[in-house]
Amino acid sequence: MILEVQEAGFAYQDTDKTVFEQVNIRVQAGEILCILGPNGVGKTSLLKCISGLLQPTRGRILCKGSDLAKMRRSQVARIIAHVPQLHNPVFAYSVFETVLMGRTPYLGYFSFPAPKDQRIAREAIESLGIGHLADKAYTEISGGERQLVLFARVLAQEPELIVLDEPTSHLDYGNQLKILSLIHHLSRRGTAVIMTSHNPDHAFMVADKVGIMFDGNIDGFGAPQTIITEKALQTMYGIRVKLIDDQSFGKVCIPELNKSGECFTDE
Amino acid sequence: MPDDIHAGTVRPLGQRFLSWQLLLVALPVGCFLAALVFGRYGASPYEVFKVIFGKLTGQQAAWSPTLETVVFNIRLPRICAAMLIGGGLSVSGASFQGVFRNPLVSPFILGVATGAGFGAALAILLSGDTLVIQATAFFFGMLAVFLSYGLTRMYKTSSILVMALSGVIVGSFFSALISLIKYVADPYDKLPVIVFWLMGSLATISSKEVIVLLLPMAIGIGTIFSLRWKINVLSMGEEEARSLGLEATWLRLILVMAATLVTASAVAVSGVIGWVGLVIPHLARMICGPDYRRLIPLSMSLGACYLLLIDTLARNLASGEVPLGILTATVGAPFFALILKKGSLGWS
Repeated sequence: MILEVQEAGFAYQDTDKTVFEQVNIRVQAGEILCILGPNGVGKTSLLKCISGLLQPTRGRILCKGSDLAKMRRSQVARIIAHVPQLHNPVFAYSVFETVLMGRTPYLGYFSFPAPKDQRIAREAIESLGIGHLADKAYTEISGGERQLVLFARVLAQEPELIVLDEPTSHLDYGNQLKILSLIHHLSRRGTAVIMTSHNPDHAFMVADKVGIMFDGNIDGFGAPQTIITEKALQTMYGIRVKLIDDQSFGKVCIPELNKSGECFTDE
Repeated sequence: MPDDIHAGTVRPLGQRFLSWQLLLVALPVGCFLAALVFGRYGASPYEVFKVIFGKLTGQQAAWSPTLETVVFNIRLPRICAAMLIGGGLSVSGASFQGVFRNPLVSPFILGVATGAGFGAALAILLSGDTLVIQATAFFFGMLAVFLSYGLTRMYKTSSILVMALSGVIVGSFFSALISLIKYVADPYDKLPVIVFWLMGSLATISSKEVIVLLLPMAIGIGTIFSLRWKINVLSMGEEEARSLGLEATWLRLILVMAATLVTASAVAVSGVIGWVGLVIPHLARMICGPDYRRLIPLSMSLGACYLLLIDTLARNLASGEVPLGILTATVGAPFFALILKKGSLGWS
């Protein structure tokens, strides 16, 4: 068991607004967990708790058996890598320098990346096929390339669990699928993945287990086929969705539209 | 500097690498030697170096004692102080920019300059002894930072914006106190001294001050030097730095303290010398890119040369001394405008 979330709840201290109350998650090596849920339901806060960036206000999170809250940051970062949503750094670091930052948890307090760290970073860049970008400024490449760079940084970090906050947002269709197959590939190498998504189809494609976050809770994790139902989608998003079962591909979501092309809302 | 810094990049950077290493060492040494020769007391370079070489090897004095005094008691301490302060302010500016994730931040962001300025003004008003002025300036400079930091904590946030605004608040408070002291100071005796001190000058530096300067500078610069890779990570944002395994809050505090120590001790000795800590890191970033592993050494080297150059100008330009703060601003401001226009500052 790499990570175990036990009855975790989280509320922002200044507003006392409860984000989620009682979440339970267990994730093992090589497993892909996908959390679905409408906007603003607290998925990002949950992922930040899982990565130890926020402290859950109740319950606890165990990382390989020890309490996440009591671990040092460098210890956590060797096991859990958190990929943030796309962002703009202030300074124009090169792609290589950005990826090299993934080695930080392995460095002593006053030390610098050694030749070994440089090699690992270089291999991470090459393995994603972005070697030609190594010298480019991170601020001057496209969104899809940036996401790949952040993944290269994760590879350099050599974690056992990767936490991804909407890894496919802001990406074009082709890049979305590339990132999904990359996630799939990582899990086959034994890395566990917890990700959020706004696209149920993505959950069908890569996830081993899916949980739906709604009203501050996740009712339970299960195979995508059992959790993602037409009813669940309707409750979650407030629109009617049909699930098509394709023999060779698996399930796909199709929104139900009326004759004038509008979707059916709950009203 | 190890060669492997660039080992990961695909394009060999040999040429650029050589040029920046050369800058790092040769430039300060060259400037140092050149500055020793320039001065009001006319002596040829040969004579000056004969004195230095003779002194170092313990030869019998075969030169004029006036020249020895000029070189060892006036020029040498002043040159050392200019290089230490220029390098220190640049390093502290560069690290403040990284820690606050804002390239427009200067070493005086947390109110160090005005705090120290008030301390010095107070000491000039009450006593006038150089060491007392230095100690009080240092004390109030640090106090200003602690107040800014405390204010930030009071708002229960570690937000960078709030921290910078706290610096502005504390700064304007102390600047009001400076005005008060100017107002009550004797206009014929104390007031000019206070005004000149606030403009920044190295004219009265002796070796005693350089020695006093050395320890806090070494501690502050040494800390920043050894943590400079982590400044890279920290500049990606506090949350990202934490997810990459840094105790970001602590690290930021340590770096802010180190940079403040450098700034406060510089201000305590030289008065307020603006622009160096803002312009030099940008110049360095244009040359070597944003990676702090290279940026910090280069900022230090360029800053040392720059302030030495300005100070050499200050003592040779006119028959009287030109205050340093005036020169750094008149040179720094247009220069900054120029590099801003070029738009290749290495940040967006």
